[in-house]
Amino acid sequence: MAALLESLLLGKVEAGEAAIWLRNAQVGAALGALRRRPLEFVPFLLNFLRDQCSHTLAHGPATPAKMPSCPKASLRPSGGSGGRGRGSGLRAQQSSPAPAGGHHRGGGRKRSGGSAPTSGGRQGGLRGHQQDGAVACWENVGQRGRGGGGAKGGERQSPPTRVQVNSLEDFPPMTKCPSRATKPSRRINPTPVNGERPHSRPKSCFTSTPLSKPCSPPAFPECTGAAEANVGSPLSLREEREMLKRESSISVNLFCPLCVENLVPSVFLELFFTLQLLTSRSPSPAEGDSVGDNDADVLERGYFRSVHNCVYFAVKVLEDLFELLSHMDKCTLRLLAENERVGLFAPALREQLLKAQDVSTAKVSSAPPSFVHSVSFQPATDNRSNFSSDKAFHIFKKQRDIFYELLRDWEDFHKEPGWQFEAALGGRVRAMVSQLTAAGNHAHFARLFQKQLIQMCKDPRGVASHGDAPDADLLGMLGADSLGRLKRLQERLIQPQGLMGPCPPPSFPGHQEFFRDFLQTASCCQLNQHLKDSLWQELLQLDEVSILGPAAGTGGEGQEEAEGDLEQQDEKQRFSSVLLLARLLAKFLGFISFLPYQTSQPPSREIQEAAIAVRSRVVPVLDVCSVLHGCVRRRRMVLTVPWLVEFLSMLDFTGPYLPCYRTALGLLLRMVLGRGEVCYLNQMLLVAVLGWLFQIPMFPEDMIFREQLDLSEDFHASSQGLDSLPLVDQELLYTCCPYLGEFRKLLAAFVSGSTAKSGGLVRKITPTSAEPRGPPSTRSQQKLEAFFHNQPPSLRRTVEFVAERVGSNSVKHIKATLVSELVRGGERSLREAVAGDGASVPKINDVICARLCDAGMQALEEATRFCSEKGPVALKVLLPEETSPAVLSTAERITKRLATEKACTWLSANITGTAGPGEVLSVAAGPRDSDETFTVPQLQVLLERVGRTLACRKVNLAPHALLYKVLITRFHVFNHLLLRGGDVSVH
Amino acid sequence: MKLCRAEYKTIAKFTDQLKPTRQSLKLLKERFPHHSQSTLLSIFSLEYQKRTKRSISKHHDPDVIESYYQRYLNEAKTRPSSPILLEMANEVDLSPSLLARVVVERFLQDQEDGVSVSKQVVSSMLREPTLIPDVHLARQVEQCTVNDCCYGPLVDCIKHAIGHEHEVLLRDKLRERNLSFLDENQLRAKGYDKTPDIILEVPIAVEGHVVHWIESKASFGDDQSHRTYLNEQFWSYWNRFGPGLVIYWYGFIAELDCQRDRGILLKDCFPSDIVTLCHGAGPS
Repeated sequence: MAALLESLLLGKVEAGEAAIWLRNAQVGAALGALRRRPLEFVPFLLNFLRDQCSHTLAHGPATPAKMPSCPKASLRPSGGSGGRGRGSGLRAQQSSPAPAGGHHRGGGRKRSGGSAPTSGGRQGGLRGHQQDGAVACWENVGQRGRGGGGAKGGERQSPPTRVQVNSLEDFPPMTKCPSRATKPSRRINPTPVNGERPHSRPKSCFTSTPLSKPCSPPAFPECTGAAEANVGSPLSLREEREMLKRESSISVNLFCPLCVENLVPSVFLELFFTLQLLTSRSPSPAEGDSVGDNDADVLERGYFRSVHNCVYFAVKVLEDLFELLSHMDKCTLRLLAENERVGLFAPALREQLLKAQDVSTAKVSSAPPSFVHSVSFQPATDNRSNFSSDKAFHIFKKQRDIFYELLRDWEDFHKEPGWQFEAALGGRVRAMVSQLTAAGNHAHFARLFQKQLIQMCKDPRGVASHGDAPDADLLGMLGADSLGRLKRLQERLIQPQGLMGPCPPPSFPGHQEFFRDFLQTASCCQLNQHLKDSLWQELLQLDEVSILGPAAGTGGEGQEEAEGDLEQQDEKQRFSSVLLLARLLAKFLGFISFLPYQTSQPPSREIQEAAIAVRSRVVPVLDVCSVLHGCVRRRRMVLTVPWLVEFLSMLDFTGPYLPCYRTALGLLLRMVLGRGEVCYLNQMLLVAVLGWLFQIPMFPEDMIFREQLDLSEDFHASSQGLDSLPLVDQELLYTCCPYLGEFRKLLAAFVSGSTAKSGGLVRKITPTSAEPRGPPSTRSQQKLEAFFHNQPPSLRRTVEFVAERVGSNSVKHIKATLVSELVRGGERSLREAVAGDGASVPKINDVICARLCDAGMQALEEATRFCSEKGPVALKVLLPEETSPAVLSTAERITKRLATEKACTWLSANITGTAGPGEVLSVAAGPRDSDETFTVPQLQVLLERVGRTLACRKVNLAPHALLYKVLITRFHVFNHLLLRGGDVSVH
Repeated sequence: MKLCRAEYKTIAKFTDQLKPTRQSLKLLKERFPHHSQSTLLSIFSLEYQKRTKRSISKHHDPDVIESYYQRYLNEAKTRPSSPILLEMANEVDLSPSLLARVVVERFLQDQEDGVSVSKQVVSSMLREPTLIPDVHLARQVEQCTVNDCCYGPLVDCIKHAIGHEHEVLLRDKLRERNLSFLDENQLRAKGYDKTPDIILEVPIAVEGHVVHWIESKASFGDDQSHRTYLNEQFWSYWNRFGPGLVIYWYGFIAELDCQRDRGILLKDCFPSDIVTLCHGAGPS
């Protein structure tokens, strides 16, 4: 590996060729025995890059590439000196050490160089390591799907004059030890020379465990981006720069394809690493001396010892990863665009980023968090007839009250220093749970528990809004430039906030903590079993949810598409809520399932082997593999994989070695690569959650780069599924992967780093008198939730179903009647007007506009009439006769409202560029709420915006004019605006 | 009427020395002319009950009971027309009704040859003194219950009536506002395990807070009674039906209204700021 890399860096082998080699080998082209090589080269390269940067990256959390240590082991000579060999610059011929140990892959090996000895030493080292890690069985799994056609490997034979990349043997092996004496299998962020960081951290910290202390802020030098001159260099500065630049480019060319093609375990980890390089600070002068030490081995040379080179490398990588970057949140893009180093090194990238920031996807309105915090009593499931005895009924009555009492106590006190769940609530929890057993109420309680869990935790956004969101908002509003100006304010409000890196360990944020601690403390096997049953039951239902794609084959009508978009929007929201809920349930299912096996430390090898032997025979709670295969086959990975990842993230240390989970994890590893027709953001979500899973402490490091499962037959089995639907949006992505926000924090820390003395990142201090009232839409949603709370669940389902159908039908009706007429009429009058001579364009426009406006107004009225008429009729038929009049009439009003909203949203679907449809709708169709009423100045602003858009953009006239007309009809005071819109071009 | 805790304490302290008589109420009213009679009576009643709870055990000592009874027997002979029990109650600082109960119990014990009589029998005799086999004692008991404004069947009856009256009042107000609801009896019929006075079929918002249920309390809400109600009733309602409203018709300590954001709202009257669901609901 080292030799290969060295050759690459020296330019003996073209990086591009290596990239092809890596890529093809990864996607399943049979390369015989060499097939494994690229897998081993990847971690080698990643570790190499990190080593190179160790001196510069002294801030932020470590971003170790989690990977097997065997490639490293192969680099180390058996019985080598182990000392820092830097400077010796000597290469010794490798005496091929240990024999192959029977681990040869026979016939598959394609060797072009031919004569060189086999890499038995390497293989031997590998083998040894595997035994060490007690994962020898991995090999077998890895062999599946290999074989067949070694031709491809042969095809890529290089011209004889050049070194053959496929063959390690072509290169003189080297025995020289890299700059570290011993290499931990997981990389610890190197200790900085100047000792700004705490020196030792527990081993478990480096990948993902949050640091106990926040990282000290990077102390950025005042001058940035300037090349660090190396006085002692024997080469001229320019020569050396050229050389380093060339070698850096090679590194970039090797590194980027890995990221772009997802050949790395976590592309986001690599991106984070890249951003760390971008924001790196200068190394201490003493260390910097050796930069460009030309006598040093090419692998030893400190490419990244100067900030200049780091930034150069980082910017190049960012350029290559632009597509990924462009899907990041607006705030990250902005901080990146305003990063002075990006500006200095890559003005073009800066421009791209600015542009991407402008088109960065608008937030989709998400289901607001629930406002009702208890589970309602439903006579159908909760009254006396559902219990075995009066006593059981009475006891459950008390248990429900105790459960909520515990919850309230937890809410009140758990944040107080020194508070502990076990000490404070343990006795009461267990007393209550033991009563459950006495009364046989476990099923009832499990249902209450699960419902309450869903009620409080289904939307993780509610939790995030306390901590992270204000930062984002603040930074987003101000941007990096203005942020600098706030430094004085910052220093007063500063609160250190550590960077966690993009792979924090699994956590139970917000109220989830209560539910976790409750189960842990209760430690009740009956309760856990009931919970497992019902969690699994609900998960299965969620996983089966049908999400409709855009209606196919309904002809190419634009309007049809527009309606499709609208329905797609609904489906997308549904998908998002199903996904978030499934993730929550899966996490708890995993938590309960693996709770009996959890240990704070990994067990010893013997214990683990014994445990594997015993547990392998037990039927797992969830057949992960068949679920996985199913979702691949049915192309529903975008739904299933994220929740499976949550489930698997709860595995205990031994779990991953059990056959069922081992296979599943292997499948997932390969899945990162599985392409097919997957929407970009869908894929991004998959890559993000999988990358995270592979980096959390539970995941065995020696599993990565080992798996060679072939999913190809699965991938081609079906063409229709969720994966190709645009279901994931940025908001969902960030909700599922809050750690993606670390990029933003890192960049923001760079901005504030130069000024902030004490802390890391500015955190807005939440004012104590928080504004309790949400935006109007939230409040109307709140009322809706409140209404349905104490009603039987079927009422809500019925109302939503009727509203959806009636709204949709009203659109269809209007399309079939009004709109088609409108289009015909519009075309006709346009043709007539153009045919007639001397007609001025503005005049034609006025005429058409007026007609369309009338029709549009009519359409809105028609939609309203349709929904008001049909909705209640349908509802009355579907609801029970016994429904009380008040409930019925409220349900009717809600149905009408929802249906009309849906229809009118469609009618204004094409005008989103003009103004928020909600705003316009509320003016056009009347306010939903007293809060939505507009004041005159607000109206003026809105109308001016409409006018401006009409005046300066080529827009589809009909819908604009329609709304426009509606506005005008209502507020003819603003009539003059009509004139401004007069010169809109028709197309 | 909402009172701040300090204000409440002032009143409570003043009631410390008062006996549960009409004269005491007059004094209270004179001392605190700005507070309504019902509020003052309710506070006095609460405070007097606390006082009684602290001291009742010493009156229940068998020797003490014996001495009360012997004294009654003696004085009944010497001055039969005097309100002996009422005077004795004031003297030993015990509620006249409670003293009457003690004496009747002791009297019945004699009648039944030492066998103690069930509480129900005693209660019925207090309610209907003519059932007491001794006419003189019956008159004495009646004097006690009639002149006791904190304990006794009369007070219980009045309290019950007032409670009922306010529930009716609440239902009337709701009907006036066209708010549809289920009352306690309907809820019980459906098998609910905990039943507030009212569950609204369609929730409302009161002063910006969602209200699903309403509980009517024809009393003053002090710390102790509110705590008890929270634990035994209000939180239980919240646990089943979500946020709700408690009306303490005779007022409460203002500081207790601190769970609004959590879902328990206190009022001392029927709220005027009511927003119904789907207010201004779209085009219909």
